[in-house]
Amino acid sequence: MIDTQEFEPIAPDQGPQVRRSLKANPGPADRFFRGAVRGGGVAVLAIMLLVGSFLAYRGWQALHKAGLSFFTTQDWNPDAGRFGIAAVIVGTVLIAVVAIVVAMPLALGMALYISEYAPGRIKSWMTSTVDLMAAVPSVVYGLWAVTLFEWKADSLSKWISDWFGWIPIFKVDGVKRHDPLASMTRYTSSTFIAGIVVGIMVTPIACAIMRQAFSQAPAGEREGAYALGATRWGMIRSVVLPFGQGAIIGGTMLGLGRALGETIAVVMIISPVFQIRLHVLQNGTSSVSSLIALRYGEASPFGISALMAAGLVLFAFTLGVNFVAASIVARSRSGAVSEV
Amino acid sequence: MTTVDTSPATTSTTTSTTAAPPRTTLPPRTPPSGQQARRQLGTLRTTDLLAFFGALAASATMTGLLWTQIAPFTGLVGYVVTTWCLGVLLYAVLTSFDENRPTVWARVAAVIVHSLAALVVAVLAFIVVYTFIKGWKAVVHSNFYTQDMRSTGPRDPLTDGGARHAIVGTLIEVGIALAITVPLGLVTAVFLHEIPGRFSRFVRTVVDAMTALPDVIAGLFIYATLILILGVEQSGLAAATALAVTVLPIIIRASDVVLRLVPGGLTEASYALGSPQWRTVRRVTLPTARAGLATAVILGAARAIGETSPVLLTAGATDHTNTDPVHGPMMSLPLMAYSKIETGQPNEMARGFGAAAVLLVVVLVLFVIGRIIGGRGAGQLTSRQLRRRTAASQRDRRRYDERHIAAAPGNGTHPADTGG
Repeated sequence: MIDTQEFEPIAPDQGPQVRRSLKANPGPADRFFRGAVRGGGVAVLAIMLLVGSFLAYRGWQALHKAGLSFFTTQDWNPDAGRFGIAAVIVGTVLIAVVAIVVAMPLALGMALYISEYAPGRIKSWMTSTVDLMAAVPSVVYGLWAVTLFEWKADSLSKWISDWFGWIPIFKVDGVKRHDPLASMTRYTSSTFIAGIVVGIMVTPIACAIMRQAFSQAPAGEREGAYALGATRWGMIRSVVLPFGQGAIIGGTMLGLGRALGETIAVVMIISPVFQIRLHVLQNGTSSVSSLIALRYGEASPFGISALMAAGLVLFAFTLGVNFVAASIVARSRSGAVSEV
Repeated sequence: MTTVDTSPATTSTTTSTTAAPPRTTLPPRTPPSGQQARRQLGTLRTTDLLAFFGALAASATMTGLLWTQIAPFTGLVGYVVTTWCLGVLLYAVLTSFDENRPTVWARVAAVIVHSLAALVVAVLAFIVVYTFIKGWKAVVHSNFYTQDMRSTGPRDPLTDGGARHAIVGTLIEVGIALAITVPLGLVTAVFLHEIPGRFSRFVRTVVDAMTALPDVIAGLFIYATLILILGVEQSGLAAATALAVTVLPIIIRASDVVLRLVPGGLTEASYALGSPQWRTVRRVTLPTARAGLATAVILGAARAIGETSPVLLTAGATDHTNTDPVHGPMMSLPLMAYSKIETGQPNEMARGFGAAAVLLVVVLVLFVIGRIIGGRGAGQLTSRQLRRRTAASQRDRRRYDERHIAAAPGNGTHPADTGG
């Protein structure tokens, strides 16, 4: 048996204890370095806050003058005092919703293909393709849409409105359903067309987020599913999709944020109309960013304020969507690895 | 595993007697008799192919029948969509004759995923190829690169006039924008990485928020401040500033991500050797992350070149070549593409597509360069860098040798050779 022996705590030396400083002295060179780098950070912060606060300040002037009617008026006539974003914000949201309805399945399919189905070499090619798609300038998408796609997709619009016109949002005013002689110009420049093009543009953004999350799905759980006899789809459904759930939602929302702010392609496609138009297939719609791009030139100083107010509302939208998306992506299980 | 045999005789396992306790037995190794058929290890079987192509053929013909004989449908898009839907349905039915339900689902899911991916690639290829085809008429003429539009009317042939003003303008605007954003962006990224704390967290949040700023609003901000309040005219400088505001958060964010990938062991080793922070950043962190930082900058540049809406609000538009960024409006490639398409004249539209094609080529080249540089991980060297580093270390060794010989003549062995 071993006796446990208790040690007397040794009393510290009786001499005066000097507390050691834990602060390092970085020296003049490092102090200069830290100061310079911090200066860069402060400069960027200043620029960003300047943009934000200027936007808020000028926008507030118009918002204050218009009051609550800013959110209920459909017209845009700031100098006559009648202006509001009811129509443009509805148009913006509708375009973005159509875009997401298009982009979400495309991005999900592409991400699943890259992470689960594609063989090695094609996988890296596809990844580059998707990234390239994100780098293609939006004006190129706009050119394509306005010279070709718009004139091919109107038959699709007509088909949808012919067969599903009894659903209110697919209704098109002014044409009879199943009328073969209907004027096709009724179907161009619509929310639907703009939404599809914007959807194609935001697909790579959503896809990149989803792909990253899918490829991080733990190998142990994948192999576990296969060992239990799952088919590839069974494995995807029980391992990859639950694992990437956060990324699917978050990536889609990031795409939504981009779709809300998309300008030039929308400007090229739509024909602006300042009334709330819920019929997505019908000619004529509007969006906040296209409103700014079309009206900045002829605007009076107060008109600029009004445009800034509209921009502020749009920014608030995209900001909110982006932050929610980022927090969803961050909170999803990415990074968790099962031990193999 | 095997039971311990207590009997002294170690009988061969192949000639085991019935009296012996159970033990491991090996089957006799006789060569297989008769013709051996090689087993197929692939997962693709003939029936699968038959089911797939059968479903495809059936759906194509059924839709054809529907289109021409039964219902008055029209349009190629509708035909393709209907064929696809019908094909998937038929494929599921055909597979269900041979397979169980999970397999049928797996097959259908595979078809859907593959077709979605193919659709995305097809759309991208179509857009790129379409732009090149439409712009081909304009870009094949050399005057497209050497002339501007100052004396060219909308109806003039494509052998007259070009995009020189837009190309020059794009280079100047993007050059100025990058001259602002690259130093500022990199310094800020280093700040976020090197000086963590509450303040840098706040800066990171604000930068993240600014990536959500729609580009047209950045343009509107510059328009309202620089042009309307400070009285700067619509010019290349204003456009470059607007581009800088748009691209700055993107570059900062990308560089920040890259810097975070630098292995902590490297920087800690540097600190352990006693080097100060600035030297660690200069000699370890930045060189290690160089490839990624270059990619961040190049992709930021590609983004800046393609941005239209900030330029639309701030640059003005002109048909003259303007090399002075401070005075007078300036054209750029995306703006030219946009404004030429709006005219509706066939030749002007061809010029617009030509500008878009040039733009696309520039973006493609930048993208490929960014990929090649960024393909390597942090700290991975190219073969050239590796050769250079080997040569440097051999030089060092020779230097040590010489020093050693000079210090102790007659003793030529290097400490490293004696196991140092």
